[in-house]
Amino acid sequence: MSDMNQQMAAKYRNNFLKEIEEQAEMGEWVKMCMQCGVCSGSCPTNFHPGWDHPPQEIFMMIRAGKRDEVLNSNSMWNCVSCYNCYVRCPRKVPITHIMHGIAEYAYRIGRAPKNQPTLHLSQTFWNNATKTGRVNEVQLTQSLYFKNGIGDGIKQALAMQDVALGLVKAGRLNPLEALGMGHKCKDIKGIHAMLAKARELEAKRKGRAA
Amino acid sequence: MAKKEYAFYPGCSSQKGASASNYLTSVESMCKTLDIKITEIPDWNCCGASISYAEAGELPRHVMNARNFALAEQNLPGQDIVATCAACWLGARESKERLEHNSVLMADTQEALKEAGLNIKVIPEVRHMVEVLIEDLGYGELASHVKKPLEGMKFAGYVGCQTNRPFGISGESFENPMYLDKLIETVGGEAVKYDQKVTCCGGALAFSEPDKAQAQIKDIIEAAYDSGAEMLVTPCPLCQANTEVYQGQINKKYGTKFNLPVLYYSQLMVLAYGGSAKDAGLNGQVIKARKLEEFASK
Amino acid sequence: MADTKTAAYICKGCELGSRLDTAALAKVAAKEGKMNLVREHDFLCSADGVAMIRNDIDNEGVTHVALCACSRRAKTEAFNFQTVAVSRGNLREGVIWIRPDSDEARETTQEMAEDYVRMACAEVKAMQAPKGNPNTGVSKTLLVVGGGVSGMTSALEASKAGYKVVLVEKTGALGGWAACLWKRVPNREPFKAPMDNGVADLIAQIEADANIKVYLNAVVSKTAGAPGRFKVDIAVESGPTVTEDIGAIIQATGFELYDASKIAGFGYDNAKVIDQAGLEALARAANGGVIKRADGKEVKSVVFVQCAGQRDASKEHLEYCSGHCCATSVKQAMYFKDANPDVDTLVLYTDLRMPGNNEDFYRAAQNKGVIFSKGVVSRVESSGDGCRVNFKDLILDEETAAEADLVVLATGMVPTTGPDLDQLAEANRLAEGGDEAAKAQVIQMKAKSVLNLDYRQGPDMPQFKHGFNDSHFICFPYETRRTAIYAAGPVRRPMDIAQTMEDATGAAMKAIQAMENAGLGRAAHPRAGDLSFPTARLEGCTQCKRCTVECPFGAIDEDEKRFPLFNESRCRRCGTCMGACPVRVISFENYSVNTVGAQIKAVDIPDEFSEKPRVLILACENDAYPALDMAGMNRLEYDPFVRIIPVRCLGSVNTIWITDALNSGYDGVMLMGCKHGEQYQCHFVKGSELGRYRMSKVYDTLKGMNLETERLMDLEVAITDIETLPQKINEYAAKIVEMGMSPFKGL
Repeated sequence: MSDMNQQMAAKYRNNFLKEIEEQAEMGEWVKMCMQCGVCSGSCPTNFHPGWDHPPQEIFMMIRAGKRDEVLNSNSMWNCVSCYNCYVRCPRKVPITHIMHGIAEYAYRIGRAPKNQPTLHLSQTFWNNATKTGRVNEVQLTQSLYFKNGIGDGIKQALAMQDVALGLVKAGRLNPLEALGMGHKCKDIKGIHAMLAKARELEAKRKGRAA
Repeated sequence: MAKKEYAFYPGCSSQKGASASNYLTSVESMCKTLDIKITEIPDWNCCGASISYAEAGELPRHVMNARNFALAEQNLPGQDIVATCAACWLGARESKERLEHNSVLMADTQEALKEAGLNIKVIPEVRHMVEVLIEDLGYGELASHVKKPLEGMKFAGYVGCQTNRPFGISGESFENPMYLDKLIETVGGEAVKYDQKVTCCGGALAFSEPDKAQAQIKDIIEAAYDSGAEMLVTPCPLCQANTEVYQGQINKKYGTKFNLPVLYYSQLMVLAYGGSAKDAGLNGQVIKARKLEEFASK
Repeated sequence: MADTKTAAYICKGCELGSRLDTAALAKVAAKEGKMNLVREHDFLCSADGVAMIRNDIDNEGVTHVALCACSRRAKTEAFNFQTVAVSRGNLREGVIWIRPDSDEARETTQEMAEDYVRMACAEVKAMQAPKGNPNTGVSKTLLVVGGGVSGMTSALEASKAGYKVVLVEKTGALGGWAACLWKRVPNREPFKAPMDNGVADLIAQIEADANIKVYLNAVVSKTAGAPGRFKVDIAVESGPTVTEDIGAIIQATGFELYDASKIAGFGYDNAKVIDQAGLEALARAANGGVIKRADGKEVKSVVFVQCAGQRDASKEHLEYCSGHCCATSVKQAMYFKDANPDVDTLVLYTDLRMPGNNEDFYRAAQNKGVIFSKGVVSRVESSGDGCRVNFKDLILDEETAAEADLVVLATGMVPTTGPDLDQLAEANRLAEGGDEAAKAQVIQMKAKSVLNLDYRQGPDMPQFKHGFNDSHFICFPYETRRTAIYAAGPVRRPMDIAQTMEDATGAAMKAIQAMENAGLGRAAHPRAGDLSFPTARLEGCTQCKRCTVECPFGAIDEDEKRFPLFNESRCRRCGTCMGACPVRVISFENYSVNTVGAQIKAVDIPDEFSEKPRVLILACENDAYPALDMAGMNRLEYDPFVRIIPVRCLGSVNTIWITDALNSGYDGVMLMGCKHGEQYQCHFVKGSELGRYRMSKVYDTLKGMNLETERLMDLEVAITDIETLPQKINEYAAKIVEMGMSPFKGL
């Protein structure tokens, strides 16, 4: 994975802005930012506590060529997709997508911070959903709790047991899903083939070794 | 022939036995009363929600939504797609707009869909259930079915993020949308004024960054209480779960005494239309809505 | 000269008849006002009422009319009697509208009305109907100094309106700064790319215009005379000096760029570190191809430094913003990107000023890949074959640097206004005292003169802030302190090409207005249509020069006998000269020391036991008197013991009025007028300042009379102070009552 990082660094030598333009989703919008700061002021997770580098700063850092600081940062991962910045940006920059795009790109080339919990959630969610075409909520929760090992997993499960029981009673949690039973798509094979093709095409378009 | 027909996209949480099962129950009951026929898109798949971005990448996310478009177009031709989940609706609509504006992305999508034996000709319209209620039926029509107005009950209409931004319902303002308040009033309830109506509940980060999300959720519930609300009402399954199930943990952490029931708009409507507690999916509440249960039994 | 016949008219309309005893007022006019004819009428401004007055004038020989009705600011069209002297007693806005309609108030209200009738009669008897300036000039030719975009636009607009123009340009070609630009900032849809600079087209229009005579390689070596009759000497390089008859003048002499070498640490060398003019030259040389430095190296990276030597809080360089430079840098950045998209272009700014449609231009530049960074440059130094620009990144809050082949400094506009008159006067004073250095300085300063006015107050227009000429920015931004001489374009204030063309058009319109009025013997601004003008009884003049020096508009010169020489069409009829004169020899036909003095003395002063004080308020007609009228229109009440006399400007207040008032037993005197100072609103620029200054000198007199200095008050008002004025008057009146009655009553 770090080969990909070196490959990209070499390809875009000294032009981090161009790298983001071509590799991150909606990256071509970064240059349109006019540094007003409304995004940073509108972000709900910027205050509980704040991002290391709120969106306005991230854009500035990209333009200043601070490749390592941006790619390694936890900041983008704080985005909850609330779109508050998006609707208020006077330049109509699709900030939500760019934050996700930079985060995804950092992950692809192995630069995302270690133990990033939201990255882990994203991976777990997608893998879970694409396994059968629909999310298995119980297995999803299990994967999240137990990511740091059995001991920690049990601790987390115990902390949430009242909630879990409540949900079971309310008919909103089916323990049988833990065993892999529950909702699935029929054409799982087709879905897998479709996604594999999509991954291949995207990697080719972005010039990344798949 | 039903008054209106739609291709129904429930989303993973609104399935029987899943975390928004009560939402599904109430929606089905509500649609029956309103003579709306919703037919599930056969073999629909997960949309990926907002959280999949890091592992999925760009094209695979669009392709997942595209498969649903193709299935809807194929099996339920001429019908708009209606989603009850905010994230499903937002993601699908974004994919629709992206694919319609970017021919390269569309071409790649079609190539991927071919692997599943599918193909898109024209992407159907993608609506949220509240859009359908408000734009296709109208408040007047919705009010005409009310048999038992929810008089004397104070609700905080919690719109949240994704039915409001970036698309908005019916051209309303992003900063102070009124549609949920109007729905509450349509069924006879009182909608309180409070300032956290469009604050994010934390979304998926309730799982990965619980401290951050719970701090926000606390502000929302506190504001609702301060304005005299007895219950929260919401159009999004994740908001419902987040604002409901963590109240216990928040109480422990912050020393609060929250016990605020969180309902879906469709549940209120079913009750106002004379439905039973079961029809409204009230048994699906983790924090019981006692007042509504009593109301339903009268 | 026709026999004088005075007439007073008392109106009973607008409730004057029911609130006042108009019969008693008529008696006052006849007995005390000594009017030859007194009439009452139910509705004086009606066709019938006006006809009655007109008949008295045309057929009954009436030469002086005292109209006791509404304010002089109301019904001016109905009461338009040009051939006779007219005074207006303000019984409506000034009496019944500011007093309550109650039994208790009736007595004092009637007393107030009777005093105003006395005052109107006294005033009109001291007036003559003004006959207009006998010394008019009839030239309708406009002189435009400066052949850049400003000057050319003024000339073309004036010509389109039907006027002849003389255009003087000091270099060998028209076009000014705009001609040096490779392209200009766009001024039409879609505002996305630089446009043709448009100068060639303007020049072609000038050359084809039969109304416009152009002098190239020429300067104005002397301007003498007055509006309508200026005699301007135009010195053509290696040629004869031509004298033109000119009606009005527009100074459109533009600007110089601030000398970038003065900005320490920025390394300006006109090679690797240049200014915006330098970049335009490189762009012209490149002619659309890649831009090269002066040494021939192709520029692959360029940094634009905004606010270079401008907006300087430390005041070492220019304090102001020149407005156009952000858009110009954006345009210049596009020059590079349009020729080669791979050139790194960085604009370092603190605030990016791209008003109006320039926002689209900004976006277009961002789209082309121009990078905008918020940063403050501390130092530009050499680095290899190029430069290193050290700056503080304000968003990332860190000191950092950018390397570039070329650095372009956005420096500011310095107006070409000529020497500062105060500095010149001071240097002159020292030179006359024998100071050699000062003598050299005087020669140097005079050489910089643009208009070379043969005016006693100095060769150019007075400046105000930052070297720009004084223009009344709040109310009348076009008006300079020299009548019929207008500034247009960046010489007036920093501006871009689009604003300049608008500005030049406005200046042309004002200049035409000035010329036409001068030809009719009338003032143009702000006393539009005023036919009166000041005259001096030279037998009494002590040649003290106060009138000459204090006139805000330099209207007065000195004749060979050292007496003041009044140039009527240069005058704005404010009366500051009249206020200045210690021996009171200056007056207007319809406004003099007597017209106001008679009013002051006409007021009936009750004795000190009556508990009815008398307070005199001299209110300027521009802001104070209208505010008082409007307080009346809003039925706001104030004290019944004030007597208000409108004056043209506080500058026209002669201190004799104050001393006469105090000697007559008035308990207090208030000057009410517009703000003076850095944010002045005085419509005559310096009038209210002078009036207040003179009043402060009266304090010694007061002490000599054993009167409290608090009896004199100065109130700064604006026309919007409608609600607060009555309060302030009442407060002042209450203070007077506290101090007690003046001991000078009945003496």
